Amino acid sequence: MSSPAQEFLRSATEKSADLAHRQIIRKGIDSYQAAFEGGRSRFLDWQDARRRLYEIKWDAINHLDRYLEEFERRVIERGGHVFWAENSEEACKYIADLALARGVKKIVKSKSMVTEEIHLAHALEKLSIPSIETDLGEYIVWLRNEPPYHIVTPAMHLTRAQIAALFQEKLGGIDSDDPQELVAAARRALRRDFFSAEMGISGANFLIADSGMIALTTNEGNGRLCTSLPRIHVAVAGIEKILPRLEDLAAFWPMLATSGTGQPISCYSTLVGGPRRPGEPDGPEEFHVVLLDNGRSELLGDAEKRDILHCIRCGACLNACPVFRTIGGHTYGTTYPGPIGSVLTPQLRGLNEFQHLSYASSLCGACTDVCPVKIDLHHHLLHNRRDAINTATRPWLERRAFQIFRWMMMDSRRFAFFGWMARLKMRALYALGLAGSALDPSRAWTRNHSAPAIPAHSFRALWRRAHGAN
Amino acid sequence: MKVSLFIPCFVDQLLPQVGIDLATVLRRIGCDVNFPEAQTCCGQPAFNTGYWGEAKPLAERFVSVFRSADFVVCPSGSCTAMVRNFYPELLADSPLREEAMDIGSRVFEFSEFLVTFAKAGEVAARFPHRVAVHDSCHALRELHLKQQPREVLRHVQGLTLVDLPYSEDCCGFGGTFSGKFPMISAAMGDAKAASAERSAAEYVTSTDPSCLLHIEGIFRRHNSQVRIISLPGILAQTASAGEHAADARPSRSAP
Repeated sequence: MSSPAQEFLRSATEKSADLAHRQIIRKGIDSYQAAFEGGRSRFLDWQDARRRLYEIKWDAINHLDRYLEEFERRVIERGGHVFWAENSEEACKYIADLALARGVKKIVKSKSMVTEEIHLAHALEKLSIPSIETDLGEYIVWLRNEPPYHIVTPAMHLTRAQIAALFQEKLGGIDSDDPQELVAAARRALRRDFFSAEMGISGANFLIADSGMIALTTNEGNGRLCTSLPRIHVAVAGIEKILPRLEDLAAFWPMLATSGTGQPISCYSTLVGGPRRPGEPDGPEEFHVVLLDNGRSELLGDAEKRDILHCIRCGACLNACPVFRTIGGHTYGTTYPGPIGSVLTPQLRGLNEFQHLSYASSLCGACTDVCPVKIDLHHHLLHNRRDAINTATRPWLERRAFQIFRWMMMDSRRFAFFGWMARLKMRALYALGLAGSALDPSRAWTRNHSAPAIPAHSFRALWRRAHGAN
Repeated sequence: MKVSLFIPCFVDQLLPQVGIDLATVLRRIGCDVNFPEAQTCCGQPAFNTGYWGEAKPLAERFVSVFRSADFVVCPSGSCTAMVRNFYPELLADSPLREEAMDIGSRVFEFSEFLVTFAKAGEVAARFPHRVAVHDSCHALRELHLKQQPREVLRHVQGLTLVDLPYSEDCCGFGGTFSGKFPMISAAMGDAKAASAERSAAEYVTSTDPSCLLHIEGIFRRHNSQVRIISLPGILAQTASAGEHAADARPSRSAP
């Protein structure tokens, strides 16, 4: 089997040349961008709002121990259960054991990236318990047996016609690609599952410490159905999702919606407060929260990287990223694609296997500019690269090349001499029409670029000629 | 005003005309221009690839070369950002850190320098063409130079500033990124070429000649009609050198 880096290169090469793919993504992101600009203009002061969010998250993350314990205490007071999972296996095992113990035959799921991270679907599949995605986008990629393409818009790479064909194949009875009809078809299929499932699994956009509630954001209302109709509700969340106070949502809900989709607020903003209590008309009988570490506390212990845990998974950095737009979400081969994925994955899953993601960026900084919680994303990529050089395996040739580079640049005459030699060689090579050939050391460049005209004289030579030596 | 030229290594070797034009413009506004010949590279290629151990002595070397300069002017936003924004971190435990920060406050990207110190129109350039600005990432996001290149161009006689769609999208150069992931880099360059083709521009310019080097190679491979010119390249043109100079000059030597 090929390594993640090889697979990334293969897929990136394919997608970079896929113009139809690029057009679909450009169109999707253009309409996002227009909505986002509109949404941002509704804020009195966008930068000030970002600072406010940063401060709240800073407080939450830097006092995570205290807030998590407070959250746990409140959940238990409300009659819920809290399970601390150190890794994916523990989280999956807890949920699988619970499903088996309660005789669960069917599970409905509300959209959750963290359940993708722990590969929960795979664990449940092994028990032959079907778990059905109920967010429309997730439902579509689930029917295609694909991971989500994007953390907010999982099916953004598909056209209406492709979705219509998929529904016709899987659900039948579709004779139009009208969005209304497609949604209606999905809804008809999903309603049956909502009413028959014994367990609902959701993520949590926020864990509210002072009230022991979880905050869920959806646009389709499926989150409410998943968390109130089935007998058992299990919420899975990374430990970094904590917010200190209920009132913090006043800042986070609008910002999450605007950064995620350009909406002023999402259609359904739900607070889930545990199992049904005496006298309440609805709600599940049991409520479980699985708090997942899975490498996060390592980040917490590193002051330089701690702010990566501020992420609220809004997806804005993916939309802003020109590399994401070129290679697409699936090429990353990770749960979290795009800039946040390239920052986070090497931290969670190891620099050796995933350092290539930190290099697959022009460091343009568009991600950092849009991040609503002010994560210094592109500088984290830079730090990942530094760490890769210090701790991970890098090609011997590259290490040697940079040692030589330093040696050359430590002396201006040396630099001038080697520069002159290189220009002489390239001029001859290009003059012979060998640009792009196997003999051309710059062929990685000349394969995609017209060969540059190499000047006969460097600037320093021209300067010296005009002004004499200093 | 005494100004030291900071000529990035790739400009020195591949785009010497950019340095010549830079010196020409600075002299025209009355600067006393010098070129510290001991300079080589600011260390950015090594730094951005993660080789901080290799970049650090180059940064210290830069500090010792430019320590006596009053003002340092650089035609590249990216190399300016390296010195101003990244040296303090790279040299965190170096005895030269304070001095590096001091130099950082005296190093300017070319358009930033003109907007800060030259009087409007003082350059007296003439370039009767439609020009669009590609916002180079490091100038835009590390140095926050959005209006500066446009402000400078607004005072060029005969020049019409036109919009470039998606002007803030990265062109895909990214230094060693273009070598490690040439297919992604070129595809991003293709998108930039498509934007330029859709614009009304005859020329695309930018706050970074490295982006222009990349963009030009892509444009020419596409046989694009849009040409590339550096900011100093535009500002160096005068009424007397006239309209022909820009046209006669092959698009290649323009950046």
